[in-house]
Amino acid sequence: MKVGLFVTCLVDLVRPNIGFAALKLLEDAGCTVVFPNGQTCCGQPGYNSGAREISKVLARKVLAEFRDCDYVVAPSGSCSGQMKVHTVEDLFKGQPEEAEFVALAAKWFELSDFLVNVLKVEIAPSTTSVVTYHDSCSGLRELNIKAQPRMLLSAAGAKINEMTDCEKCCGFGGTFSVKLGDISTRMAENKCVNIAATDAKVLVGGDLGCLLNIEGRLRRNGDNATKVYHFAEVIAGMAH
Amino acid sequence: MQVKSMHFKATSSMKLNDAVLQAAMKKTKGKFVDGRAAAVAEIDVWQDIRTHAAALRDRVINNLDAYLIEFEKNATLRGAVVHWAETAEEANAIIVGIAQRNAVKIVTKSKSMVSEEISLNDALEAVGVEVVETDLGEYILQLAKEPPSHIVAPAVHKSKEQVADLFEAAHHRPRTLDIPSMTREAREVLRSKFLGADMGISGANFVIAETGTTLTVTNEGNADLVTTVPRIHCVVTGIEKVIPTLEDFATLIRLLPRSATGQNAANYLTLTTGLKQPGDLDGPEQMHIVLIDAGRTKLVGSDMKEMLRCIRCGACMNHCPVYQNVGGHAYGWVYPGPMGSVLTPTYVGIENAGDLPNAATFCGECQVVCPVKIPLPDLMRKWRERQFDQALRPFSERFSISVWNAFATRPALYAASTKIAARVASWWGGKKKRITWLPGLDGWTDGRDMPAPAGKTFRELYASRPKRSNRR
Repeated sequence: MKVGLFVTCLVDLVRPNIGFAALKLLEDAGCTVVFPNGQTCCGQPGYNSGAREISKVLARKVLAEFRDCDYVVAPSGSCSGQMKVHTVEDLFKGQPEEAEFVALAAKWFELSDFLVNVLKVEIAPSTTSVVTYHDSCSGLRELNIKAQPRMLLSAAGAKINEMTDCEKCCGFGGTFSVKLGDISTRMAENKCVNIAATDAKVLVGGDLGCLLNIEGRLRRNGDNATKVYHFAEVIAGMAH
Repeated sequence: MQVKSMHFKATSSMKLNDAVLQAAMKKTKGKFVDGRAAAVAEIDVWQDIRTHAAALRDRVINNLDAYLIEFEKNATLRGAVVHWAETAEEANAIIVGIAQRNAVKIVTKSKSMVSEEISLNDALEAVGVEVVETDLGEYILQLAKEPPSHIVAPAVHKSKEQVADLFEAAHHRPRTLDIPSMTREAREVLRSKFLGADMGISGANFVIAETGTTLTVTNEGNADLVTTVPRIHCVVTGIEKVIPTLEDFATLIRLLPRSATGQNAANYLTLTTGLKQPGDLDGPEQMHIVLIDAGRTKLVGSDMKEMLRCIRCGACMNHCPVYQNVGGHAYGWVYPGPMGSVLTPTYVGIENAGDLPNAATFCGECQVVCPVKIPLPDLMRKWRERQFDQALRPFSERFSISVWNAFATRPALYAASTKIAARVASWWGGKKKRITWLPGLDGWTDGRDMPAPAGKTFRELYASRPKRSNRR
């Protein structure tokens, strides 16, 4: 099984450890993983900024890069939503390339969904941490990612202590976090308050954008104790 | 209503630090959000009703002319006069004309957001008519000389202390903070207005084509008094509110109160069909129905036509994390939250409301809770596309996206520049591995640190990793 890893631009630049955790999980499950070296961005920043044509150019680039893979896996619900939902339902709908994007969408999976529902992996216990999980919006509402990361974390030995409003947006929203920074900050602050109200010392999520946003607010508040990880890092035993 | 949507950014910043507003928003969030969830959970075919309702509203919008003509015919048969207004000015002229021809001195109103759109109260007051809002929230705001901040709960931003101050000043009675006493006080003051009014003006949640009926959903019963006591009843509403049959109303009313306030039924459904008949104890001698376009036909047949499905429940704003934090006034016009971020640019011009379609993280909650399945994030994105195409956003925003694209489409350039960026940003973050200020990104760093990159990109590390056979 040849699996293409779409590592995402944020993981590539900011936290490559998440990419390696995803790689380890996939390889340990027996996948042949390839990393097409030319990959950059799924096009979502342009898409959500109204630059529709730019986002189509980038979507076509992704399509070409992963054409010979059986599956494509990304450690992000947001980029996966872009490639599984928005290309098919909007950008290329009714256009000559639609069928190709439908095929890409069918073989594209968010990482936790792929591990649980396609590979049906067994995760070895590797932690005893008490964690709280933030559901990222695109994964949750576009791809129904909810139970999958929790199943994986529980299998890895983590105890999940749910926070209030775990499904509420953290305020990241891509360029929103810069364009309307103080509203975005307030939403991140609300998240920090809800995290602090649990006894978890670890925040786990499935999208690096949200994690950077929440971590950024935690640190600005002087909270250096709460650790922030992608679920792939936790279940691969690479949360350090 | 005066448009202030161009000040969204500045106003929202102010609202984030308004303690009274923040306390009020917290209180109502629980009520509306949890209330809706409980009320929706009672119906096991909720999703089926939504699907049916969305199709029903689409059918109306795709045949709007036919249903409106049918409505006009049936309303006219029952003695009402149907007026058509293309603009806010035309609508006001029609209603002012009715008032003047009939020597109207006092008008009582039940809640109508369309009347806020067209600034009807100002137009009537300008010719010497006394206008009294009778919805409790609207009444409070009339005393405060403020616009509504929510389409269902217009005074949701006010504390009871603020209301007590307003009542004390207006009613000249001892100040009280006991809510039942306050509502009784308002009721007593309003009673004489109800009985003395020459004309009642109501909005309409729906108008029904097959019967010529207009109907209002309220919790206070004030619409009953507004529509039946005065000798003239004037309905003012948008042309998109028409639905084919009473049976269709039965469908939509299963969705509306549950979505709006978490009630399985509203306290009052006020259906008005025609004039007072011989033998009737009450009812109007004249009924006027003013159907307003004011921008709606621009949506018919457009790529945003789904917006016309809206039944004004307010669920999208109640669940919107941006609205929950800044309140409705920040949006600067009648319609706040996601539905407003689509409608306001349509009705008042994108040049006056450019921040609104951008005031969303696209978290998608609005779309999930919308009872008629309006794809609100998609519609806001369409506005962003127009802004990008017409260069209506700040240069810096368009420039950043174009630069990002220039790099992202050139893998070698992208790899080389991210390699440098990862190192510079890592160095910039220092020992604490946090960036506290980044030029051009102060929107982020004003309130948050930026966790610093690790120093090398994934693609660099991947290229230099040992072969798999050597890693075990």
